[in-house]
Amino acid sequence: MGKARPAAARRKGPGAPAGAQGGRARPSPNPFEVKVNRQKFPVLGRKARHAVGQPGVSRARAVQKRTQTLLKEYKERDKSNVFTDKRFGEYSSNMSSEEKMMKRFALEQQRQHEKKSIYNLNEDEELTHYGQSLADVEKHNDIVDSDSDTEERGTLSAELTAAHFGGGGGLLRKTPLQQGGEEEKPRSRKELIEELIAKSKQEKRARQAQREGALELTEKLDQDWKEIQTLLTHRTPQSENRDKKEHPKPDVYDMMVRELGLERKAQPSNRMKTEEELAKEEQDRLQKLEAARLRRMRGEDEAGDARKPKHLSADDLNDGFVLDKDNRHLLSYTDGKMSIKEEQSREASDGESKEEQGEDPSEEDPEDSSDPEGHLDLESDAESEEDCGWPDREPRQAPGKRMTSNGHKAREPARTELPYTFAAPESYEELKSLLSGKTMEEQLVVVERIQTCNHPSLAVGNKAKLEKLFGFLLEYIGDLATDDPPDLRVIDKLVVQLYNLCQMFPESASNSITSVLRDAMHEMEGAVEARGRAAFPGLDVLVYLKITGTLFPASDFRHPVVTPALVCMSQLLTKCPVLSLQDVVKGLFVCCVFLDYVSLSRRFIPELINFLLGILYVATPNKHGHGYTLVHPFRTSGKNSELLVVSDQEDTATWQRRGLSLAWASGLKGQTKTEANHTRLSCLAVCLALVKHCMLLYGPLPSFQTIVRPLGALLTEHLADGSRPLELQELCRSALADVEKHEQCCRPLVCEKSKPLPLKLFTPRLVRVLEFGKKQGSSKEEQERKRLIHKHKREFKGAVREIRRDNQFLARMQLSETLERDAERKRKVKQLFNSLATQEGEWKALKRKKFKK
Amino acid sequence: MERDPGPEGARRALGRLLEAVLASRGQANAVFDILAVLQSEDHEETQEAVRACSRLFGALLERGELFVGRLPSEGSVMAGSQGATRKYKVWMRHRYHSCCNRLQELLAHPSFGVKELALSTLMKFVQLEGAHPLEKPKWDGYYLFPRQLFKAVVEGLLSPEDDCSLLLSRFQEYLEHDDIRYHTMQAATAVVGRVADGYPEVPLTFWNNAFTLLSAVSLPRQECSSSSFYVKHVELSRTWKVVHLKEHRKAFQLMWLGFLRHKLPLSLYKKVLVVMHDSILPHLAQPSLMIDFLTRAYDVGGAISLLALNGLFVLIHQHNLEYPDFYRKLYGLLDPSVFHVKYRARFFHLADLFLSSSHLPAYLVAAFAKRLSRLALTAPPEALLMVLPFICNLLRRHPACRVLVHRPLGPELDADPYDPEEEDPAKSRALESSLWELQALQRHYHPEVSQAASVINQALSMPEVSIAPLLDLTAFEVFERDLKKKGQESVPLEFIPTQGLLGRQDDLCAQHFTLS
Repeated sequence: MGKARPAAARRKGPGAPAGAQGGRARPSPNPFEVKVNRQKFPVLGRKARHAVGQPGVSRARAVQKRTQTLLKEYKERDKSNVFTDKRFGEYSSNMSSEEKMMKRFALEQQRQHEKKSIYNLNEDEELTHYGQSLADVEKHNDIVDSDSDTEERGTLSAELTAAHFGGGGGLLRKTPLQQGGEEEKPRSRKELIEELIAKSKQEKRARQAQREGALELTEKLDQDWKEIQTLLTHRTPQSENRDKKEHPKPDVYDMMVRELGLERKAQPSNRMKTEEELAKEEQDRLQKLEAARLRRMRGEDEAGDARKPKHLSADDLNDGFVLDKDNRHLLSYTDGKMSIKEEQSREASDGESKEEQGEDPSEEDPEDSSDPEGHLDLESDAESEEDCGWPDREPRQAPGKRMTSNGHKAREPARTELPYTFAAPESYEELKSLLSGKTMEEQLVVVERIQTCNHPSLAVGNKAKLEKLFGFLLEYIGDLATDDPPDLRVIDKLVVQLYNLCQMFPESASNSITSVLRDAMHEMEGAVEARGRAAFPGLDVLVYLKITGTLFPASDFRHPVVTPALVCMSQLLTKCPVLSLQDVVKGLFVCCVFLDYVSLSRRFIPELINFLLGILYVATPNKHGHGYTLVHPFRTSGKNSELLVVSDQEDTATWQRRGLSLAWASGLKGQTKTEANHTRLSCLAVCLALVKHCMLLYGPLPSFQTIVRPLGALLTEHLADGSRPLELQELCRSALADVEKHEQCCRPLVCEKSKPLPLKLFTPRLVRVLEFGKKQGSSKEEQERKRLIHKHKREFKGAVREIRRDNQFLARMQLSETLERDAERKRKVKQLFNSLATQEGEWKALKRKKFKK
Repeated sequence: MERDPGPEGARRALGRLLEAVLASRGQANAVFDILAVLQSEDHEETQEAVRACSRLFGALLERGELFVGRLPSEGSVMAGSQGATRKYKVWMRHRYHSCCNRLQELLAHPSFGVKELALSTLMKFVQLEGAHPLEKPKWDGYYLFPRQLFKAVVEGLLSPEDDCSLLLSRFQEYLEHDDIRYHTMQAATAVVGRVADGYPEVPLTFWNNAFTLLSAVSLPRQECSSSSFYVKHVELSRTWKVVHLKEHRKAFQLMWLGFLRHKLPLSLYKKVLVVMHDSILPHLAQPSLMIDFLTRAYDVGGAISLLALNGLFVLIHQHNLEYPDFYRKLYGLLDPSVFHVKYRARFFHLADLFLSSSHLPAYLVAAFAKRLSRLALTAPPEALLMVLPFICNLLRRHPACRVLVHRPLGPELDADPYDPEEEDPAKSRALESSLWELQALQRHYHPEVSQAASVINQALSMPEVSIAPLLDLTAFEVFERDLKKKGQESVPLEFIPTQGLLGRQDDLCAQHFTLS
């Protein structure tokens, strides 16, 4: 233990202290000790670090260091006993000497205290100050004072110093506090010094007297002031009082003036817009959104944006404006929603739209151009429109508002009964207890009020609350859908609320939807794993799928929510066998939802065609099975292969075409045979309509004929059986006509021409040199690695050198030891010889003497 | 005799009887009492009796107190004038015989505990009888095994009435031993043959039992020197058949051939085919004997053909089987259901192997590619993600087939020249066609499928895409992958406000469905 510390100190030694001492280089080194390392040629910008060295000095330093550490260790090599200084904090470097002293003193006191008899209660500790008992100090008050005075000032007067130290120059270095030492100076000066002491004491006393006098004077001055103060107060009490009054009660006028002064100046507002402008704004916004949707539909965000660097034109004003060509083709988009929007805008802007499109879009109002978050502004926009009294607002109002106006009268009584504020529900059960047992209107009012009471702008935590509300509402809808009978009307209204919430919190909405879908898929996956097929899920899953399509843009090429939903529907159509009429209704609903998803993007769904083929198959009475093959989950034979066949002529005659009820999907109870037959025919009608829709949708596909050939074959079989109602036959016929209408032209496929690879050019690679002296042309990690390797090498060399020098030093020491020993021996031998010679001489002399005698 | 009611009483009474019998020969008649308890209705009592029998006859076998050699009839011996010891031994051997018979009946007992106990007791007897044979060896070093007894055990296991899968799994641990395995195979061959010929309509449970037992037999791949024997022998002789793996293989082959000779139910057919390539074919002495079975299965069509493919592949690959019209049949196997069957991954793995040869004629590969892309028009996305790279791989391997996706100066056609009805790939005119189906799939709703199909738009890159990780892809995995893929940070939203559950007026849902 004792050895380890010095060893460590030695290891650390050569680096740190040597450097510290080197930094404190002497101002004027001996020119004979300086060694100059001559530079061959100067390089600009390079720091010469070792231009001048002092080999003699540094060697001496090294030797000194070694004598202090290594030699010590060497000398103690055979000793097992080590002296350890056990004084508190002796070896700790992070304590200052004063702290050490304090602590040691405290410890000592403690020790003394402990040693005393515990039964002696009366004895108290003797308090000291600088080693002197305080009890003594109190008696000689003034002496302590004077002492402390000198202590405080710390310096002596010049006279005193001169008197003390004027004698010898060598004494200059002694600390001035060593007065005791001074007094042991030669006797001859004793008298002088005594005189000096007396003088200084006198001086001290004079100072004290002066101070006391000053104190007295001050006190007297205070007294005087007090007397005068009474006079002064006589003159200025009012002003003082008035000041005090004004502070608690400022003047109204002043306040107003100040407020007006501090108030921000009103921003110059935009002028009120005319109807045309508003219509144009709205149209522009829609166009922008539609353009974004189209871009996502084609999946251009994925491929294009990442790869192509954005091209900046020289005329680009850097205002983020991009001339989007799609804007112009946009309105030529025919069926579906766009045509409606076009009509609306045309109504509003009265044919101006085309001119306006051509106009410079930089004229756009600041509101619109700063519109990156697009959809989020929807509501506010809509509201502002309402305020302005836009004539065409009926179809374009914000959904929530529209609903309120629609169901306004009906909900009036509900409003009066319900409380006005609702806390946002923390759990699903809470929401359910709020909503259960209420009528549809009341439920809607409750949900609406929860939203208004907890609007994110009102309090900080409201955002999280409303985010949760979305999940709870979704769950509630699922519960409503699984009820028997399902409460579809409430769901219908709640969807609007969901849409509003979703617009506010897209992230959490997508999370809740995906978790719901994941649950459904997980359940189905379990069934598929176990039995190879799964039953159609409940109505809730179908409703969720439909809702997903309304909340998120279903036409996107890839969408974090919609794409999984599509896979989910594909699973429903391929893994769930159709076992009952109920399953047919569910399947057809899924088909409808699926086709709605792709209505804009016109994507191809193989499963859907298979499913429709299967439904047509189970509705066909006399099958030949020619020209088509059924795909899983349908089978050519089995008890369900004639599920939709209606043989009763009477039922066929009385059938009226109408829409399927979604409620049938959750159960078809209490239907008579006739009703069931009618349902079958309705299903078939929906199926045929969907087939026709598919024909229209997929007409432009390259292998359209191949895709629809099986459907066509089955449709012909259908037509052959004449027992169908006329309406259905008509549908069949028109679908078949569609099949034939699309003439297929088979153009052979040709790959896109790939760009020819450019020849390799052997131009030199130019690298800019950023910093001299560093290795260029490698990555940061590589440089770091090289640096570390270099450092390691240097350190290693240094360590080896140190060890070598240590050994040399030790060898030298050993040699000198040996020489010393030898010399000693020689000396002793000589001494012995000497004494022997003397003895011999004496003896001989004695002998001679004897002999002589 | 008097005894307390209940199993506890039975146990004590049986213990006393047992001691008495083992103590002196004079008390031998107590054996009847023990055997009588074996017939008990109570499960616990029966178990106690089985245990008592096990101990009693185990001790007797070890002592050699049972008659050795051909067993004379009981009456003749009793009447004869042989020594009392011989009479006793013969008599006791008869009791042992009846005990074994009873235990065999107990293998069909309703309680599993009793069944299991009976089985382990019988196996204990087998072990002891093997060590102390009840037959006289014909010559020195003659291999003796209680074949009669063991055959009875196997017969009990292969019950035509009950499902014995639990008992069979218990029996499986005995199959670790070489001799038991060998004799099981022999006994099973005999039993299967007898039952299948005996019954006019063999029950399904028998086939299931038999298959469970047969598939439980697994031979070691190589002959190992340290063979483990259930019956302990002092020294193993090289002349015994049971020590040689070759003999085992012969027995194995006889067993399976005997089993497969019969008309099996369809579900069992599939099961056999599933394990065929892995656990049957490598152990047969002559794998080529399976050719008949496999070709017949291949001709059945549907899922069975797909499964037979694997076994056939082993035969073609390792045993030099020449199969005429193999590719034509493989071509015939491709119908829309291949994407939906459970063995899809297996089938496409093999199909990839069969089509990996670069020496196949171009027309054949083109026909396959065209057929697969036709079928892709009906496939779910998870299958499409696999089959599209598959087709592209075909085109990469066979540059002559590139015309399917790249025909620069081809004439415009009125209709697809490919004939899907034609069974012969040579006459299907696939090479004159193009893969318009893939072009249609570029409009598929799933983004990854669409991207996979768009590969043909460019010139195909050279390295093949490995389809191994795609073979087992399920829809659920695709779903999860889509969920995890976070493209943009913000989720795009629908900007047209909704009007209700069914959507706008012109949506299909609103047209065809009502809320009421």
